[in-house]
Amino acid sequence: MSSVLSRLFACAFGLAVAGTPLLAHADGQDFVTIERGRYLATAGDCISCHTAPGGKPFAGGRGIMTPFGVIYTPNITPDRDTGLGAWSNDQFVAAMQHGVGQNGELLYPALPYPYYTKVRRDDLVAIKAYLDTLDPVRNEAPPNGLPFPLNVRTALLGWNMLFFTPGEFKPDAAKSEEWNRGAYLVEGLGHCGACHTPKNQLGGDKTDKVLAGGVLDEWYAPNLGSDLRTGLGAWSVEDIVQYLKTGRNAKSAASGPMAEVVYYSTQHMTDADLKAMATYLKDRPSAPAAPAPKPLPAEDPVMKAGLAVYQDNCSACHVSTGAGIARLFPALKDSAVVQADEVQTLVRIIDQGTRATATKTAPTGPGMPAFNWKLNDVQTAAVITYIRNAWGNAAAPVSAEDVKRIRGRLTDTAATP
Amino acid sequence: MSAGAAMTGLPINHSINRRTLLASTAAAVLVGLTPAHARFLSGEVPWAPGAATPPEPATPGGWLFFTPDEARAVEAIVERLIPADELSPSGKDAGCAVFIDRQLAGPYGAAERLYMKPPFATNAAPEFGPQSPLSPAQQYRAGLKALDAWCKANRGGKSFADLSPTERDTVLTAMEKGEAKFEGFGARPLFNLVLQNTMEGFFADPLYGGNRDMVGWKLIGFPGARYDYRDFIDHVTDPYPLPPVGLQGRAGWTPGR
Amino acid sequence: MARKLPKKDVVIIGLGWTGSLLAHELTDAGLDVVAIERGPWRDTSTDFSPTQDPDELRYGIRLDLFLRPAQETFTLRHNVAQQALPIRWPGAFIVGNGVGGAGVHWNGHTWRFLETDFTLKSHLTQRYGASALPEDMQIEDWGVTYADLEPYYDKFEYIAGTSGRAGNIQGKMQAGGNPFEGPRTRDYPLPPLKDTAPTALFAKTASEMGYHAFPRPASNASEAYVNPLGIAMGPCTYCGFCERFGCGNYSKASPQANVLPVLMRKSNFSVRTECEVLHINKHPGGNVATGVTFVDSSGEEWDQPADIVLVCAYGLHNVRMMLLSGIGQPYDPKTGEGVVGRNYAYQSAGAAGLLFEGKRFNPFVGAGSLGQCIDDFNGDNFDHAGLGFVGGASITTSNYHGRPIAMSATRAPGTPAWGSAWKKQVASTYQNTSAVAGQGSVYSYRDKYLDLDPVYKDRFGRPLLRMTFDWHENEKKMTRFIAQKCAEIGKAMGAKHVTPRSLPDHFNVVPYQSTHNTGGAIMGDNPKRSAVNRYLQSWDAHNVFVIGASAFPQNAGYNPTGTVGALALWAADAIRNQYLKNPGPLVQA
Repeated sequence: MSSVLSRLFACAFGLAVAGTPLLAHADGQDFVTIERGRYLATAGDCISCHTAPGGKPFAGGRGIMTPFGVIYTPNITPDRDTGLGAWSNDQFVAAMQHGVGQNGELLYPALPYPYYTKVRRDDLVAIKAYLDTLDPVRNEAPPNGLPFPLNVRTALLGWNMLFFTPGEFKPDAAKSEEWNRGAYLVEGLGHCGACHTPKNQLGGDKTDKVLAGGVLDEWYAPNLGSDLRTGLGAWSVEDIVQYLKTGRNAKSAASGPMAEVVYYSTQHMTDADLKAMATYLKDRPSAPAAPAPKPLPAEDPVMKAGLAVYQDNCSACHVSTGAGIARLFPALKDSAVVQADEVQTLVRIIDQGTRATATKTAPTGPGMPAFNWKLNDVQTAAVITYIRNAWGNAAAPVSAEDVKRIRGRLTDTAATP
Repeated sequence: MSAGAAMTGLPINHSINRRTLLASTAAAVLVGLTPAHARFLSGEVPWAPGAATPPEPATPGGWLFFTPDEARAVEAIVERLIPADELSPSGKDAGCAVFIDRQLAGPYGAAERLYMKPPFATNAAPEFGPQSPLSPAQQYRAGLKALDAWCKANRGGKSFADLSPTERDTVLTAMEKGEAKFEGFGARPLFNLVLQNTMEGFFADPLYGGNRDMVGWKLIGFPGARYDYRDFIDHVTDPYPLPPVGLQGRAGWTPGR
Repeated sequence: MARKLPKKDVVIIGLGWTGSLLAHELTDAGLDVVAIERGPWRDTSTDFSPTQDPDELRYGIRLDLFLRPAQETFTLRHNVAQQALPIRWPGAFIVGNGVGGAGVHWNGHTWRFLETDFTLKSHLTQRYGASALPEDMQIEDWGVTYADLEPYYDKFEYIAGTSGRAGNIQGKMQAGGNPFEGPRTRDYPLPPLKDTAPTALFAKTASEMGYHAFPRPASNASEAYVNPLGIAMGPCTYCGFCERFGCGNYSKASPQANVLPVLMRKSNFSVRTECEVLHINKHPGGNVATGVTFVDSSGEEWDQPADIVLVCAYGLHNVRMMLLSGIGQPYDPKTGEGVVGRNYAYQSAGAAGLLFEGKRFNPFVGAGSLGQCIDDFNGDNFDHAGLGFVGGASITTSNYHGRPIAMSATRAPGTPAWGSAWKKQVASTYQNTSAVAGQGSVYSYRDKYLDLDPVYKDRFGRPLLRMTFDWHENEKKMTRFIAQKCAEIGKAMGAKHVTPRSLPDHFNVVPYQSTHNTGGAIMGDNPKRSAVNRYLQSWDAHNVFVIGASAFPQNAGYNPTGTVGALALWAADAIRNQYLKNPGPLVQA
């Protein structure tokens, strides 16, 4: 239930109901502001959710499949009837900072206003100024297919009381300007917590586990804390910058949802901002490291089978030592994704394959082939258990039942990263 | 991370499933006029989750192409082309006849990939390659019929499969040398075709029905469907340490086996 | 009636190595480019990943990645008096299909031709006199020199991530490299591949015999690599599934691995797959093409207008496209007039099969281009006076696969092909087989050429390409000489059985030999003897460029891809920096 809700709440911008037309172009239209807005919209990765497959950018209509129905993202081009053309700056800021629609209706926190509330008004106005320069596209998103009671927006009042703390970002005077810039981006526009913070039963952030790793749609967004084994502890600031800029570094490669973030957002950000984000992530108070489990011994039958699967299928790319090949094949040794408590990502990419994002600076998008026709649940579990316990890695074994359960959710729809 | 990005496809390479792939401008234009396969690709390297072009394993069960008599004859041939001895089981026990049956029931048997337009030259010099109007499946049908007729006429009314191993070897040698004269289909072309297909079956990946338990690969020391010898190349004349593996795996992939 | 598509700046026929290299260069110049490829889209992780790639039956025997004769094939006759017959199933050569073309299934040999190969006619005439050449031999100078092409060879090798050891850097000889090669600007981007037992034995033996052994230049990456386009390659794993197979781990150079990741991202590039160009359209009045007509997989015909037409298919298909489109006068062997179809050539083989005793070669550990070579008997690197032939061969011991179906036919002389006796020896032959193989030149002759077959048609009813070809005495003599040299080396290597092999009496399409068909739309400086000028631009339609081994006036003793890649980049440079500024003939006839 919790993962369903978290997905629901984390994923859809509630329908904005068209209301009284207002002049939208009152202020902030100068070139510098618009360019700043363009950059900030990129940092917020607006385009990802607000573009339908094959559709015009920002024109919305991206269907979000949930077990309860489909939620469609709205059009945020300046079309007066179907987009934001009739929205005032105040209305836009209210939506972003408070989750309130044009007519005062409550929006689903799929629009991640619990994060955007930290974004300063002048930055939001700049984003609006940029959006106003887009070509207006007439595109009415289809109505959401949410059944009762999820379609009753007043329920969100209670949700906001429980899980929403409004207020712009407050710099920490004890920290550097760079640290504060990084915190502002990570906690605000970057809305990293939407995926990387685990959710409670009702889809609110678990506030004691901020950025400690979250599950959505059978992907696991890893822990961004300082844990050496499952977090960013072994990553330097430079490693993080390189990852966000190119989609890969010597340790890992961005695929799945993170591939989109890199593709649309972080690869276009300045080195200074990426370094600020990395600096903040490396210096953020994070949950204490969980003690590493004792790795399974090599002579364990599951480990032996996993080794056999690995030798015959995986080593050609990931190398027998698990070291991978920089820029091409992610290392599995010392990998946080490999050793995470949650194994959705591992099961998914073995079953369906995946593709690392291709960026300006790293144009090769190496693909992991799909093994769905080749490895059964027992063999998949064995190789996952093996890579979690080989080469100094240590993590709980995975059962064939776990694999079967996760695979069962990888329907054709859910298979989309 | 953009949570919404997790849920549906966007028109970029790493986030389109099969359905969105077809719907996306990035993947298929000539929209409405688009034929089944022609594609218009631009802006990205296309990719879809789960996409693969895996091999097609042999269907389990009984004969798909051969009649029972044909199957007996082919099993009797492959059992002599590759006899059982201390080095390996026979071609029959390795599944070579099953392999041939499945090949003949599929695109190979139907000559799907061959140029089969007339006119078909007769008496073409061998340098110009096969010029037969018959598909491999038709060649087997005609050839096995000719073999049966020849054996019945020249071996006391017996079918090939009813001959003793020694007698069968004598017949096969006569076919190989072109000394046996068949009616309707050449003895030597039949021999060459069956020998070629038997070797294919004995050494192909087991998923095609032959090379059962990788007996062909074990015979010569071929480690199978492997893709990484970096750890071995510096010791390349040592015995290779790992057992052979097929595309569908080996026993060692399952715990406790 | 074909339906008309919006005009493009450039239309490319075929998206293999040449098409993708040209497309990359011309999109960088700002042109809007569309490629039309008759085969399917193919990519590493979905079409030849390690999960499915090592499958000899599917790829090596049934030729899954190749052009199927049912789609199109060729007809062959040995001389003009014969009736040509169709090649109903590929044997002697196998032609690529689909995105990446032959760049998917090649082995990765990445040679530069010798300096004298480019000026062959004038060089041989000067050294031996015109009378030393057979009367009907029709060799030509290329119209470009090695020095012209050197920067483009270099560029191609760096794009492809070629592994090797230089022999001549700017005139300074390098120990362990090929002393016969032309001077190169700089070393290979990657060091050589590792040796296996037979290749190391060959190098040691050849060196002891006074020859100059060097590692074969290989576009199988010996280390992880990033090419000048920013594209990453992985290190070769020596899996032995190169030839006839795609590379599953980004270590064999291919358009997929080395160009398309950048090209496909460009908004001014697109490709139509499973769409086959029927012909190039000519402007009714002028000496230009107006675009192409293609048919999609539903059978619908389309016109793709374009300002520039690049013919980038397989070499033989380039020639057929010219003939089907009426661009350039077809060659007539009786009169010697006409240019399209002229100077078809192939590749010859003189070799020695080796069978050792008591070895364990583990032949499955290999790479497409893994080998040690000598060039002492290639081209005109040795004095041909009194030998009765011209030309030569690169001589190699390689270790490129251990595919069991292919190797099951290897037998000691006089042993049976089946039965217990066969079985007893097959395990031993598998582990003890090697070869010293010469890959030889084939020079061009007046009576060997390409034209359209009058009888056999493809699935669209268009005539197949007819090859009129047989071995000439010059090549037979040359391969006998090479086979003898190979046998001498093989004996010195300690092989128990040494079986020399040279050309048979007649060209035989059944056993695989080489896919290096050359010529038919050759380059040169004389429009009466060549179809394209030194920039591979058609003499007859100045906006048509014909790129590939079809441009070779005759074939050298090497694999063609390095030279094809260099020619593609050379032509791209001419289009970018000369043709676009002033569209018209780049060389005045």
